[in-house]
Amino acid sequence: MHTNLAAQINSFLAAMILLTAFGMLVQRRMYGLIHLFAWQGLFLSISTAIVGFVAGAHHLYISSILTLSLKVILLPYILHVLIQRLKIHKEVETIVNVPMTMLIGIALVIFSYHLTAPVRELSTLMTRSTLAVALATVLLGLLMMITRKHAVTQIIGFLAMENGLFFAATSATYGMPLVVELGVALDILIAAFIFGIFFFQIHTTFDSLDIEQMARLKEED
Amino acid sequence: MPLLILLSVPLFAAIVLAFIGDRKYAPEINILGSAATFAAGIALALEVYVKGPMLAGGNFFFVDAFNVYLAVLTSFVSMTTAIFSRRYMRKERQDGHVGPIRMRFYHAMFQLFIFAMLLCLLTNNVGVLWIAMELATLSTVLLVSLYRTPSAIEAAWKYFILCGVGIALALFGTVLLYFAAEKVLGAGGEALLWTNLSQVSGKLEPTVLSLAFVFLMVGYGTKVGLVPVHNWLPDAHSEGPTPISAVLSGLLLNVALYALVRCKVLVDGSTGTHHAGDIMMGFGLLSIIVAAFSLLRQKDIKRMFAYSSIEHMGIATFAFGLGGPIATFGALLHMLVHSLTKSAIFFTVGHASQMHWTQEMDRIKGLIRGNPLVGWGMMFGVMAIVGMPPFGVFTSEFLILTATMKDAPLLTPFLLLGFAVAFAALFRRVQPMVTGPAPSYQRPIKAAHIPVMLHMALVLVIGIYMPDFLNRWFHTAVELLK
Repeated sequence: MHTNLAAQINSFLAAMILLTAFGMLVQRRMYGLIHLFAWQGLFLSISTAIVGFVAGAHHLYISSILTLSLKVILLPYILHVLIQRLKIHKEVETIVNVPMTMLIGIALVIFSYHLTAPVRELSTLMTRSTLAVALATVLLGLLMMITRKHAVTQIIGFLAMENGLFFAATSATYGMPLVVELGVALDILIAAFIFGIFFFQIHTTFDSLDIEQMARLKEED
Repeated sequence: MPLLILLSVPLFAAIVLAFIGDRKYAPEINILGSAATFAAGIALALEVYVKGPMLAGGNFFFVDAFNVYLAVLTSFVSMTTAIFSRRYMRKERQDGHVGPIRMRFYHAMFQLFIFAMLLCLLTNNVGVLWIAMELATLSTVLLVSLYRTPSAIEAAWKYFILCGVGIALALFGTVLLYFAAEKVLGAGGEALLWTNLSQVSGKLEPTVLSLAFVFLMVGYGTKVGLVPVHNWLPDAHSEGPTPISAVLSGLLLNVALYALVRCKVLVDGSTGTHHAGDIMMGFGLLSIIVAAFSLLRQKDIKRMFAYSSIEHMGIATFAFGLGGPIATFGALLHMLVHSLTKSAIFFTVGHASQMHWTQEMDRIKGLIRGNPLVGWGMMFGVMAIVGMPPFGVFTSEFLILTATMKDAPLLTPFLLLGFAVAFAALFRRVQPMVTGPAPSYQRPIKAAHIPVMLHMALVLVIGIYMPDFLNRWFHTAVELLK
C-alpha cells in the first residue's frame, strides 16, 4: 500500500514534470520560462526524495538536495540576475507555429513510450513507468533548443534536458552511483559559469541574444 | 605511481598557470608541465608494457594497451603543441589579438583540457568518462571564443550547444547501460567499471544495450565529429587559436572515438551480433564521403583541414566498425598517424596565416619562398594526410582498404571515392599556397620548427619501418578489442 501510494505520487510528479516541459516549449516570456524551469526542478527534487525514501536508496537524498539547490535555487537565481543585468527581462520572444511544435512534442512523448518499452518490461522498480516521461523530457528540451532562437531559451532547454536525464537515472535505476551524480552536478555548475560569460560576450558583440543574428559561419558556395 | 603523476601534473600546472598569469615565463612553464606529463606517460607505458594491464586507485583507473598508447599520444602532442604555442601565441599577443587576462586563461585552460582528456582515457568508470568528456568540452569552449570576434563567439556557442546536447544523449545511454549492468553486478559504482562490465558482457540484456548504444553513438559521435552531427567541428576548429585547433583535431576526436570503441566492444559482446559495428560503419562511411566533398568547397584554410579531420575520423570509425584484426590494427594506427600529421599541419597552417594576416587560402601564397620550413612542412604534411607513401597514413589506409576488400567488398568503391576526392581537393588547394613567388604583404615570422619536424619524422618512420614495440602493442590492443 505504502509503495503503491508512493508510486502514484511519483507518477503525478512525472506528469507535472512533463507538463512543465510542454509549458516551457511555448512560454514566450523570460521570467515565465525561468519560473517554469524552477518548478520542474522542484518536482524532480521531490520525486527523487520520495523514491529515495520508499526504496531505501539514501544516496538519492543527496541527489535530491543537489537538484533543489542547483536547479531550483542557484541556476534560476543566476539566470534572473543575468537577464536583469543584460536588460532583456522584458523581451518577448516570437515563437512560430505553436500548434505544430506541440504536435511534434506529443509525437515525441509517444515515441519515448515506444522506445523505452523493453526497459519497462525488464524493470521491477516501482518507478519503471516514468522512464518514458524522463526520455520525453530530454527530447522536449532538445526540441526547445531547436525551435527557439534566443540564447537564454536555448540554455534553459539544455538545463531541462539535464533535468530529464536526472529523472531518467532515478526512474531506471534509483539513481546513478554517487560519484557520477556529483560529477554531473559539477559539470552543470561549470556550464552555468560558461553560459553566463557567454551571454555577456554575445550581448556585447551582437547587441542582442538572438541567435538568428549569428549566421557568419555558413558554407559558402 | 606514474599514473598519479600523469594525472596530477596537468591539473597542478593548470592551477600554477592560473596564478602565474601573463608573466614572461608562462609559456615555458606550460611546456615544462606538458613535458613532465609526457615523461609520466612514457613511464606508465613502460610499466604496462612490462607488467601488462593493471588496475589502480581502488579499481578507479584501468590501464591497458589500448588506452595507454592514446595517453602517451595525448601527452606527446600536448607537449609539442605547448612548444608551438610559445612562439605562435607570442606573435598573437604582439598583433594585439589577445590580452594578458586571456593569456592567463588560455594557459590554465590548456592544461585543464589535457587533464580532462587523460582522465577520460584512464578512468575505469563509464560515468566518470562521461564527466571528463564534458569537462574537456567545457574547458575548450571559451578557448574557441578567445579572440572575441563575432564568428569566434558564434563558433564557440555552436560548439557549446551542440556538444552539450550530444553529450546529454550519451549520458542517457550511460543510464541505460547502468540499468543493464545493475541487474547483473548489483547497484553501486562497481557496476559502471569497464573491467567488470567486460567480464559479464554476455549476461547483459542485449535489447537494453542496443538501445543504449544508439544514444552513446549519437552522443559520443557528436564529439568525434561524425556526419550528420558534425556541424560544430569546422567552426570550432577554424575560429579558435591554432594550438587549440591542433589539440582539438589531433587529440579530442581520438578520445571521443576511444569512448565509442569501448562501448562498441561491450555492446557487440553482449548482443553477440555485429549491429553496433554496422552502425559505426554507416556513420564512418557517410563522414568520409560528405567530408571529402565538403573539402572541395572550402576557402578558409583551417576550415578545410577541419573537414579533413572529419574524413579521417570517419575512416577510423569505419575501420573499428568493420572489426577483425587487420581493420582494427589499421584503425589504431590511423588514430596515431592522423593525430601526429594533423597537428603538424595545423602548426604550419598557424604560421602561414600569421605570415599572411589571413586564413583565406586565396591570399596565402609562396610559402616555400617566405619560410621554407613552414612551406615544406605543410607540403609534406598534406602529402602524408592524403595517404601518399611512404608516410604512416598510407600504411593505415592501405590496411583498412585491404580489410574492406576482404570483409565488405561492396563498400570498397565508396571508400576509394572518398580517398580520391580528398586527395584531389587538398592538393588543388595546397599546391598554389606553397609554391610560387611570395606576395608583397607576406611578412617574416619566427616559426616553431621542432614540433613540425618531430611529428613528420615520426609519421615517416612509422610508414617506413614500424618499430617492433609499437607492433606488439597494437597487436595486444587488437586482442583486447576482439
